[in-house]
This record gives sequence, structure tokens and C-alpha cells, in this order.
Amino acid sequence: MLKIADHTFNSRLFCGTGKFANSQTMLDALHASGSELVTLAMKRIDRHSHTDNLMLPLQKTGIKLLPNTSGARTAKEALFAAELGREMFATNWVKLEIHPDPKYLLPDPIETLIAAEALVKKGFVVLPYVHADPVLCRRLEALGCAAVMPLASPIGSNQGLVTKAFLQIIIEQSTVPVVIDAGIGCPSDATAAMELGADAVLVNTAIASSRSPQQMAQCFKQAVETGRMAYEAGLGQVYQYAQHTSPLTGFLRENQEHQGGLNAL
Amino acid sequence: MHFDSVFAKLDQVDLRLALYATTPAQVEQALHNPAGNIQALMALLSPAAQPYLETMAQRASQLTQQRFGHTINLFIPLYLSNLCANECDYCGFTMSNKIKRKVLNLNEINKEIDILKRNKFDSVLLVAGEHESKVGIDYFCQVLPTIKQHFSQVNMEVQPLSSQDYASLQLLGLDGVMLYQETYNQVTYAQHHTRGKKQDFSYRLTSPDRLGELGIDKIGLGVLLGLDDWRLDALMMGYHLQHLENRYWRSKLSISLPRLRPCVGGIQPKSVLSDSGLVQLICAFRLFNAHLEISLSTRESAPMRNHLIPLGITHMSAGSSTQPGGYANPSKALEQFEISDERSVQEISSMLSQRGYQAIFKDWERDWH
Repeated sequence: MLKIADHTFNSRLFCGTGKFANSQTMLDALHASGSELVTLAMKRIDRHSHTDNLMLPLQKTGIKLLPNTSGARTAKEALFAAELGREMFATNWVKLEIHPDPKYLLPDPIETLIAAEALVKKGFVVLPYVHADPVLCRRLEALGCAAVMPLASPIGSNQGLVTKAFLQIIIEQSTVPVVIDAGIGCPSDATAAMELGADAVLVNTAIASSRSPQQMAQCFKQAVETGRMAYEAGLGQVYQYAQHTSPLTGFLRENQEHQGGLNAL
Repeated sequence: MHFDSVFAKLDQVDLRLALYATTPAQVEQALHNPAGNIQALMALLSPAAQPYLETMAQRASQLTQQRFGHTINLFIPLYLSNLCANECDYCGFTMSNKIKRKVLNLNEINKEIDILKRNKFDSVLLVAGEHESKVGIDYFCQVLPTIKQHFSQVNMEVQPLSSQDYASLQLLGLDGVMLYQETYNQVTYAQHHTRGKKQDFSYRLTSPDRLGELGIDKIGLGVLLGLDDWRLDALMMGYHLQHLENRYWRSKLSISLPRLRPCVGGIQPKSVLSDSGLVQLICAFRLFNAHLEISLSTRESAPMRNHLIPLGITHMSAGSSTQPGGYANPSKALEQFEISDERSVQEISSMLSQRGYQAIFKDWERDWH
């Protein structure tokens, strides 16, 4: 079981709510994913409308909602978005996303650090979306973030684990859960991320943009479960050359056995 | 360096020759690596790319869905005034036109807003004819705070302004500015803009730089397709986009592709942009820039708009009126141009839904700046 802050999760697949054709397609996909944590952009929520087509259906599912600050370009904007999420969904959890670059939507490390510090002080459970930067993850962890969410590749790009070498360092060092977010393009990427030892993955575009979001969500569910099982079972080491069953150093053991035999005499 | 310096070095005669001399092999090469590649954009805009239209459309559609999902953002124009101190022979607001002129006061603006809010709109495009003294910065500063109270996204399509004026409006909550060059051919530009400040080609050309320097959220470009050679004008707009994107990394870029149509009493297009030409344009720009916002107005007919949606469009207006006060008092006496797609916003939303798209009304929160 995965534990983030005071909450435990059976599923290690987190999902998004953007890019779906309609709310029913989204709900069917979320259901098929088995996800127990779903993020939604506060910028899309119409708090003045009582018929919001994103918020109401999601609330009915009973899945834990994770408001995100997507669209924020500064720490200040992200703080506003987080406060609105807390007010509307009665949750102190927030996925912190600050991306001032509209081209690749890459997260701003400086503004993220500033916002994370302020949000932790305000009592939020902060899950920051960051570049796969091990030092930044250390800094965010030290501030009190409940998890870190490094990207695998640019968001929505489906490029897969481009930052693998750095994700490995983050996973190795982190004392809080590592959720690999952004760029996971196909189920095998999710499996690979889980095999690396990630605590969870977050997937949106690959599910929502597929021809059958429901079917793709099910594929990701299985992929994440498989990857986690393989990680827990203990994957064999990767070697460049074949390993001989009779290694060159076998004679040392033979000598030891022989000597042991002589000593026993 | 502003775009006028880049523009001065571009030889449009040579570019035109290269555009029309493009070979099928060059188009195929362009299809391999179109992103951010201005040479590829040229090939995809050329007549040689026409046989590849279906391939371009398939790829453009896929790219758009991956980036923007199954969604279309809806916005509404709010015409503040039809006063104009320019003479532009293609526009209904041109100063010599004997139409009733009107500038909305705050009370009239509020009446319009009430109707737009009833239709769920949260993104508005403020439009005005260009009249510096009566509908200038003082007027905009007066009305913007009221409008911003009701909309999360407020964009403007008015005359070019100084950096200082743009900064004042940004402080009042302005999110973006659409400023169409109309044509990048200076001779043609001079022929169609015969009086008023709009005659200053360079001031208009460098306005997006002034906006980019301020880090405004959105900058919109456009050409009136048909005023000159639309292929070349589109290519020049590609250079303009590339210049802005390389320098002002915080601003989103958007384009609009209005077609100049042959009409009775109006000017005749120098080159008519056909339906297939419009499709080629949309696809070429999408392949050139996967994250570019592409806006489609109600100038296009309902069937045409339906077909264009999956090809790369990200933003649409719906239920538009092109005259000041036109939502509260619908008549056609004061309008800038005739609407072709007259469907209501409810009809547009339901059409989008039937085609597997979600209409997005809200994509920002007005209090977060």
C-alpha cells in the first residue's frame, strides 16, 4: 500500500481529468483505471455555476480529488488556486504546478520552491510537479512536501521516461513518495516507471487522447500493477555480458573445500 | 530587436519565388520535420503541398488532440465602439461609411455583459474601431475594470498602443491582445489604408514586441487572407510567430485566419482563398507549431466551421454580434461584417458534443493575477 501524508492508496495509478470529450467518457475511464486519486485544474472550475460539468460528476464518484494549480505562472497565482481548491473541495491537498512557459509547459523551479514553502506553512499537503531535478526534490522534501512529482518528459508529449537517469537518483534518495508525472505515453512506460521503483505514476494525455479512453485506462491499471509487482519481486541485475554458470573464480571455493577437508582430518 | 528589423531583411520577392518553386520532394521532406522549421512551413503553404492535404490533415488533427485534447475553447466578441478614424476599404467601420456611430457607455456595457454571462461566457474579446481620441486609453482604462469583474479572460482587438498604455491595461487585468497586420505587403497595405494612424505599418508591426516585452499572457496575429497573396502573407506571419516565440517565452501565441470574400460593393480579393486553401493553412500552421492557438470566427459558414474543428482549431466564437450594443439590441445597422455562422452558443456546444468535443468556457480565474 502506498501512503502519502495520512492517506493510503491501493492503486498506484493517479489520473487527470483534462482533454476528455465529455464527462461521461472521463468517468468511464477513471472507473476503469481503478485510480484513487484524481487531479483537476482549479482554473477550469466555475465556482459560480451550480452545474459545473467537471466538478459535480467527479464529486459523485467518491474518488479522492487533488486540486491542481495548472495555468499558474507565478507562486502568487498558485497560492490563489490552492486556496480555492481547499475552499471548494474541503481538502488541504494540492498538486502544485507552476509553468510560465506555454510552449513546453515546463515547471518553474524557483516559483515552485517559493510556493511550496508558503503552502506547507499554511497547512497544505503539497505534491509539487517538478523537473527531474534531484537537488530540487531534496529541497522540496526538506520544506515538508508530502511527495515529489518529477516529470518523465514534457507534459502531454508521450515521450516516455526521457529523464530516467535522474528519476533513478530521485527514487534512490527520496524519503517521501515519488510520483512520476508527465510524458508517460504508453502502458509500457508506466510499467518501466514502476519497475524503477516509483511509488506511483500520474497519467492523463495518454488515456484522454486515445481512441478509447476507457480501454486505455484499463491497460494502464494493469501496467502499473505489473510494474509494481515486478519491482517488489526483485528484478535481476542487468549485465553487459553473459554470466557463466562456472565462473573463473570457482577454484577458490574448491580450494576452500579441500582445505576444510584437510583441517578436519 | 523588434520584428521590423527582421522584416527589413526578408526579401519577399525571393520568398515568393521560392514558395511557388517548391517541389513535391521538398514537401515530403517538410512533412518529416515541420515543427519550428520555417522552410518546412514554406513548403507546406506552397501549391506543391496541395496533393498532400489529407496527410497534413491527419497529422494536424492528431497533434491538436494530443496537445489540446477533445476540447474547444469558446469566446465571445464584445464590440465597444464602431467609431473609426481610419479609412480601410475592406471594413464596414471605415470612416467614410455612412453608418450610425456608437460608443458604449458603462451602462450599455453592463447590459451586454448580462446577456453574455447568461450564455455562460467567461472569455471575452473586446473589439473597437480605431479612434484614438474618443476610444483611446482613457476609455479603455475606464471600462476594463467593470468588464474584468465578470470575465476570467479579457482580450482586446483595438488599435496598437504604446508600451506604457499596454502596461496600464495589463495592470487592470488585460490578458491578451489580438492585433492583425492585415497584410505584410507594404505596398498593398498602403493601398488599402489610405487615412488615419493605421497607415503606420511599422508601428503596427512592432506592437506584438511591445506586448511580449511586458510578458502579456497572449499575443494574437492575423492577416486578412486575400488582401494580397495569401500564401506569402501566411509565410510572413510564420516568420513573425517565430520571432515572437524565440524572444517572449512567457506569452502564448494565437492566430486568426479571416478570409476576404468577394462581395457586392466591397473590394475584390487579390487572391481568393478557397476552402481547400484554408484547410491547407490551418494544417500547415499546426504542423509548424503544435501549441499555437488557432481561432475561428463566425465569418465562416456553419458547415465549414463544423468541418474545420478537428483539423487544428482550438478557439471559436459563438453567437457573435459584430456591432456595439448588438446583444441587447440586435439589428444589423452598425455591424463590422456579416456573420455567416449564426448558430447560438447552445447550438454550437451541442454540435461540438456530437462531434466528440467538449466546449470549454472557463480556462482561467480572474482573481489570480
